[in-house]
Amino acid sequence: MRVPLSWLRDHVAEVPADAAAVGEAFVRVGLELEEIHGTPELTGPLTVGRVLEIEELTEFKKPIRYCQVDLGDGVRGIVCGARNFVAGDLVVVAQPGAVLPGPFPISARKTYGRTSNGMICSAKELGLGADHSGILVLPPGTAEPGADALPLLGVDDPVVELAITPDRGYCFAVRGIARELAASLGEDFTDPARRVQVPEAEGPAWPVRIADEAGCPRFVTRRVTGVDASAPTPWWMQRRLLAAGMRPISLTVDVTNFVMLDLGQPIHAYDATRLQGEIVVRRAEAGEKLRTLDDVERTLDPDDLVIADDSGAIGLAGVMGGASTEIPLDRTGSVDVVIEAAHFAPTVIARAARRHKLPSEASKRFERSVDPQLPPIAAEAVANLLVEHGGGRIEPGRTDVGAAPVLPPVRMALDLPDRTAGVTYARGATVARLAQVGCAVELETSGDGKAGSTTLVVATPPSWRPDLDLPAALVEEVLRLEGYETIPSTLPPAPAGRGLTPAQLRKRSVSRALAEAGHVEVEPFPFVADAVWDALGLPEDDVRRRTVTVANPLDADRDRLATTLLPGLLETLVRNKARGFDDLALYALSQVVLPHRNPVPMPDPGVDRRPTDSEIAMIEAALPAQPVHVGVVLAGDREPRGWWGPGRRAGWQDAIEAGRLVGAAAGVALRVTKAELAPWHPGRCGALRVGEWVVGHAGELHPKVVEALGLPPRTCAMELDLDAIPLQDARPAPHVSPYPPVSVDVALVTDEAVPAAEVAAALTEGGGALLEEVRLFDVYTGAQVGEGNRSLAYALRFRAPDRTLTNEEANAARDAAVALAAERVGAVLR
Amino acid sequence: MTENLLDAASLDAAVKAAVEAFDAAGDLDALAAAKPAHLGDKAPVLLARRSLGSLPGPERADAGKRVNAARQEVQTAFDSRREVLLAERDARVLAEESVDVTLPWDRRPRGARHPITQIAERIADVFVAMGYEVAEGPEVESSWLNFDALNFGKDHPARTMQDTFYLGSDQGTVLRTHTSPVQVRALLERELPVYVVCPGRTFRTDELDATHTPVFHQVEGLAVDKGITMAHLKGTLDAFARAMFGAESTTRLRPSFFPFTEPSAEVDVWFPEKKGGAGWVEWGGCGMVNPNVLRACGVDPEVYSGFAFGMGLERTLQFRNGLPDMRDMVEGDVRFSRAFGI
Repeated sequence: MRVPLSWLRDHVAEVPADAAAVGEAFVRVGLELEEIHGTPELTGPLTVGRVLEIEELTEFKKPIRYCQVDLGDGVRGIVCGARNFVAGDLVVVAQPGAVLPGPFPISARKTYGRTSNGMICSAKELGLGADHSGILVLPPGTAEPGADALPLLGVDDPVVELAITPDRGYCFAVRGIARELAASLGEDFTDPARRVQVPEAEGPAWPVRIADEAGCPRFVTRRVTGVDASAPTPWWMQRRLLAAGMRPISLTVDVTNFVMLDLGQPIHAYDATRLQGEIVVRRAEAGEKLRTLDDVERTLDPDDLVIADDSGAIGLAGVMGGASTEIPLDRTGSVDVVIEAAHFAPTVIARAARRHKLPSEASKRFERSVDPQLPPIAAEAVANLLVEHGGGRIEPGRTDVGAAPVLPPVRMALDLPDRTAGVTYARGATVARLAQVGCAVELETSGDGKAGSTTLVVATPPSWRPDLDLPAALVEEVLRLEGYETIPSTLPPAPAGRGLTPAQLRKRSVSRALAEAGHVEVEPFPFVADAVWDALGLPEDDVRRRTVTVANPLDADRDRLATTLLPGLLETLVRNKARGFDDLALYALSQVVLPHRNPVPMPDPGVDRRPTDSEIAMIEAALPAQPVHVGVVLAGDREPRGWWGPGRRAGWQDAIEAGRLVGAAAGVALRVTKAELAPWHPGRCGALRVGEWVVGHAGELHPKVVEALGLPPRTCAMELDLDAIPLQDARPAPHVSPYPPVSVDVALVTDEAVPAAEVAAALTEGGGALLEEVRLFDVYTGAQVGEGNRSLAYALRFRAPDRTLTNEEANAARDAAVALAAERVGAVLR
Repeated sequence: MTENLLDAASLDAAVKAAVEAFDAAGDLDALAAAKPAHLGDKAPVLLARRSLGSLPGPERADAGKRVNAARQEVQTAFDSRREVLLAERDARVLAEESVDVTLPWDRRPRGARHPITQIAERIADVFVAMGYEVAEGPEVESSWLNFDALNFGKDHPARTMQDTFYLGSDQGTVLRTHTSPVQVRALLERELPVYVVCPGRTFRTDELDATHTPVFHQVEGLAVDKGITMAHLKGTLDAFARAMFGAESTTRLRPSFFPFTEPSAEVDVWFPEKKGGAGWVEWGGCGMVNPNVLRACGVDPEVYSGFAFGMGLERTLQFRNGLPDMRDMVEGDVRFSRAFGI
């Protein structure tokens, strides 16, 4: 909402000249200051001119006009690209030497083969508003050619631009924000609605029937006959519309816009000769069509509220009028105007505006609620201005059907504002502040006035404040007008907290462990394209293809929520590679979204009470599972080459090690078994297990996946479900024996296909309680162990808990270990 | 011959010869080589001592003193020379072992945690120290929790398709647009009083550019207890500001509107390190929990009151760390995260 200070001065007794001070006063009471549009920097000769002749130049890419303009002291030729003016119009000319806001100095120059002695200006070029749709044409008689245009433009009138929060619909009018400003400054406020005299009427103005009272509680019409359709809008009104960011169009449109900006009531003006019979407010019929003022034919929804006459729908109620009954812009002569000022239900208008993607000045106001007492007042104000500037006469009738909804009183303990703020306000402050915002306030004492009785404030909100529906809303009015800066700063009594949960601590440990091991954390978006599953080579029935779809994605291709962190991580890997980084170790830690096979519908409990436990359980059941996953991707060198020697390529081992690292940070030694799962290389993929339970996979990616996604060769990856790892919160302490160990090495020959982990497991089990550690220190394949075999060399460390172990005892335990390995996996001592 | 060895002149000569020989030794090996001739069994002073027995008693005592003194002198000369040579050798060895310590040993690449992770952890720690607990919730959330329970009417503008990612065919499930549904979950799940802080990832349909990202993070704070006032809110925000921006920092409240709080306020923070001089920076929103929200969560607003506040983590990093472009947060360039360390 943009408003010039001069307009605020119409309603507030004293407004500071300093726009910044005005802005601060608004901010104090809760209106957000977007910008102050100060006095534009305009200097030099700005002169009113009259266009005498227009020569159309057609030899250029766009039509250009060469105009002869009377500037009082002579006629000048000026080139102009705009076309919204005719010979005889009054315009503003920036003559050579003038400087327009920018700064944009004007000089005589040769352009389009002519010498242009200045510029014919648009409103925007003059800093008067946002309108750049054509040049500024002044109403006839505003001034004589040659007059100084500066005082005429009123550029010394700063404009304050405010953002209006959705609860303050009444602030979409100068009436509303002036009331706030007056309250903030402690100045007197004159309500512009009270300045309008609404006379007694005789009979109806135009017949109206409301067929949907819920959607349209009130509808007023008034009629003005004999208005001069081509009468110009007075310059002062145009100036205000421009300052407010609107474009002057015609007298009828400008007057309705002006009254809307001043009072807040959207108004529509019909050409009475084009109306056919009674106006009916009803819901649209299915498939009903309407051509709106923006010349778009719209198919209506049965939920849309329409204004109709005998010809059908003639307007989308509260959103936009129809083309068939508007007053044509080229209309000349006198016109018979029917003025509509109605009150519509906010939700009905909000839905229609959203459905038709048609946020208009009217819908913006109606969906935040408009004062229902305004329709007759606003209609009268429009009628008066039309007659004043366009002639004609107001017909004696007025139609006023329906009634303004009544706002119920709100009861609140008198000290609730004090208790909420933690402040003891001055006696009487609450009542005074509520009265200031327009409430009718009474006090009521419950009980008999003795000790223990409480005093209640009974506040009936003014018609323009339907948001004041709760004691808390009244509290806010008192607090904001008393000033938030008066609220002290104290800490609440500290509760005894329990600190972070084991799961939260674990997440931190995992993230830190990965970072400390050289991985860099990234946060890719969770949006993926369905095609990525093919690139990853997932089988058709892979559970990871079952995704949640985003109904309104930003990127139509990426409308799925990721079930795995790998697509995002791999994309980030590619991006880094493209930026010149070859050696990469990235990780991500976040929720993935796994929908259920047979999703249940989402319940919608009310809000007047706590949902029942079963309703809460149904909400949880309807939401997809969202476990926290950890993912790692690796490419290039895991250890770089340097002056110490060559680097080491990242391999499947590093991916598996990343998984084991996560396990260690989570307090679990993950077991690795061979696995085959896309997108991994079928021979280079390990399953990460807690006991038998698979929690993730790691290894080198499938060469086809590497190719499909454009990854560096031999890219490796790990992903596991952190939530699937049981929390380890009370780990038993080990018995640390102080006695010396006995170390024994064994080399075992097995079939190549036997996993090392199985050999180690057999040794561990066979070695019994005395075996403290099994460590693989060499792997050998070659002629010495025979084709298809390999030798695994282990260092076994034995130790007794209570004595120095003898070599004989250690050897016996070693023999037992080897024997079990022989039995389990056919290992032969080398 | 014997007398010769024991007379003073002979002993002096022997001592002199020994001192000269030791001083002449240029290193420990030379010193060791010189040792037998002057301190070995055949050395003059030791031969002299052995010949003492042949002297008559009175003379023997006198000569014994001279011999001992001479031997002591030779030994001292040896020891001091050895000390000098040892020190020289140690110094030389250390000098020889000197290396270029500026050679980089970056064999293990440095990792890093994302700055969002770090700031979320920092904030959680500040509030845990104040007795709060950290609450979490799902990113795919029910509309009821994301909107209805937070006093967003069914036709509230914030529900429009322009802001919210809707999931599936109906509008019952959304990507949470703020961390506030975690407030509702905390009130539904926990015993009163509730003091929680909720950092988390949130989603809105903003196109990615230098100042917007559709995926961002918020931190939400909620305190519901008997007798909670807006002064407590202000005090908590001030403590938060001091923890994040230094002892001089404080906050300022401006009236505003949010469906889930009434009264509501915008929070500005006094940022001493602000570019171009200390000043106020818009930081987040806050207010007293709307009684409708308490009621929907089964909390009696006649007995309990509460405050809530929320800030954007990207926004906080943006002004605190001078982040130039929001895209850096999401693109995952290793240079970005690495700049923030672990």
